[in-house]
Amino acid sequence: MLTAAASRRLVTGALLVPTVAFLAVAFVVPVGILLKLSLTEPAGPLSTYADILGSWVYTRVFRNTIVLGLMVTAIAVLLGYPTAYMLTRLKGFALTLAVYGVLFPLWISVLIRTFAWILLLEKHGPVNRMLVGTGILDAPAAFLFSNTGVLIGMVHVLLPYAILPIYANMLRIDSRLMLASDGLGASPWRTFRRVYLPLSMPGVGTGAVFVFLLSLGFFITPALLGGANNMTVAMLIENLVNDRLAWPLAAAASFLLLAAVLALLAVTARFVKLDTALEAR
Amino acid sequence: MTARGQSVRFAGISRSFGPVRALLTTDLEVSAGEFLTLLGPSGSGKTTLLNIAAGYLEPDTGRVLIGGRDVTDLPPRRRNIGMVFQNYALFPHLSVWENVAYGLRARGVPSAELERRTGAALELVQLAGYGGRAIRQLSGGQQQRVALARALVIEPDVLLMDEPLGALDRQLRQQVQLEIRRLHHAHGRTTIYVTHDQEEALVMSDRIAIMREGRIAQVGGGEELYLRPRRAFVAGFLGESNLLRGTVTATRDGRAVIAVPGLDRPIEGIAADGLAVGGTAAALVRPECVRLTHAPGASLTGQLVERVYLGELVALRLRLPNGLIILCRCLARDGVRGGDMWGVAWEPGDVRILPDDAPPEASTKIVGQ
Repeated sequence: MLTAAASRRLVTGALLVPTVAFLAVAFVVPVGILLKLSLTEPAGPLSTYADILGSWVYTRVFRNTIVLGLMVTAIAVLLGYPTAYMLTRLKGFALTLAVYGVLFPLWISVLIRTFAWILLLEKHGPVNRMLVGTGILDAPAAFLFSNTGVLIGMVHVLLPYAILPIYANMLRIDSRLMLASDGLGASPWRTFRRVYLPLSMPGVGTGAVFVFLLSLGFFITPALLGGANNMTVAMLIENLVNDRLAWPLAAAASFLLLAAVLALLAVTARFVKLDTALEAR
Repeated sequence: MTARGQSVRFAGISRSFGPVRALLTTDLEVSAGEFLTLLGPSGSGKTTLLNIAAGYLEPDTGRVLIGGRDVTDLPPRRRNIGMVFQNYALFPHLSVWENVAYGLRARGVPSAELERRTGAALELVQLAGYGGRAIRQLSGGQQQRVALARALVIEPDVLLMDEPLGALDRQLRQQVQLEIRRLHHAHGRTTIYVTHDQEEALVMSDRIAIMREGRIAQVGGGEELYLRPRRAFVAGFLGESNLLRGTVTATRDGRAVIAVPGLDRPIEGIAADGLAVGGTAAALVRPECVRLTHAPGASLTGQLVERVYLGELVALRLRLPNGLIILCRCLARDGVRGGDMWGVAWEPGDVRILPDDAPPEASTKIVGQ
């Protein structure tokens, strides 16, 4: 006879089986094969890692990727925070409209959105024509194949991932706390800084981690909008696999990126509790 | 007791929410140092009036004066009020100490004074030594006291409390009621307190304003409201009551007579204001004023249908010939037991004839338990 607790555990386990099996076949096994691949260079098991870490070019690509990710994250959070706040103030049809406005880009392929940005940002495209026409710029700016273009494109794609967790967090902040602060004599700015901002930080942390992690693996947007100087790790891996057929090196680059992500997560986990961020008030 | 804090005056205040008139034109004066309770069922406008005093709501008409200063157009932060919310609204990310010090920091109080006053406030609510705790580590009663300390530390002109004990269990609630009363007696801070609990109102208040459907039905001390209610609603809301509804047949020299359907005998009592011959009215007889006599020879008889022993008292329910139920409370040692039919009597001086404004379904039931 099973006890009630044991049978409950059995049911929970049974419910998890399909997902675990799928992940094992489709994720854990391939990752294992990739790890093995990265260690099979004739020059020695860790030579691929030594090659990447020892190369000025490769480490610069890693640094670029991380700096780009941080910039995208910072811009997305700065734009997402007021947008999320605005969403909390809306009701009824206006709210529905605004939420769809935030979600709509997610339903269009990244590829299409990136091509759209190419059309908008090209030298004689509408954005440059407007900037020059209104006298803000003297000559068309080179948005494409530069950091600016990549930043614009990536922020656009990743913005919803910043807005939604911040919005969800803000909804759970008890509005009477702001009333209490007001009643205690605090100015609106002080209320924001001492009450609203700290209480919305878990959402900001969650959104920032989402955006940053996604930006590290971004391929299409930097590949299409960026120039040769803006190579990211994802582009490097693609190049190693498709052009140079250097599979062990590509595998090692993947694992170094994974290691960097895990290290960053470990650091942020000290400040942002992902599990509690989802239920913070 | 020295009065600290200021008088509060509501002059011609009204407020609607869309089509709902939450507060009809209301005038009320709370003197400096007074503890006034707004008592009423939900939807009676008591919280609306409190929020207008705090500045969280703007009135449609009228002015609010605190200490003679017109604050109607000032936001809460410029009114120097202390507000205690129903679920306390303590800042969950700040320690107990920082919660209490919050208002002092907002006022830019120098750090030495801030330390002293925050410490004193925590001591006042018997939470000295709890400063470093997080809010979620505290029990409901402790959180309530932190909320009180946070509101008092800024030495507000008026302390506003919105059902602050609603979340506490009964025993703790009675303890905190006495605590708040003790603090008020020691410090004499003007307090406006909102509750729907009549017992709470009686324990704590200097005066009670009974509210109903957006207006103040009557203001007065607890004893005055209990003994001399001006309307049937007030009588029904405060304490238990027998309200016998009928038609006024005569008024003379401050007395009135009503005919109650189904009773042979008219009921005479002290007339309240606003009675007119031919109008509807209710005769109020408090259960403790009902006397039971031996049935033979009594002019009004009732059948005993329930007897509940309460220790020093027994609560009895008797059915009159017309089907009305009369509540009676008498000392247990007077020994009303056995027997089925009893004479029901009262002194005419214990009866008040009141204009009838209570909903009929509340008649001669135990109102407010």
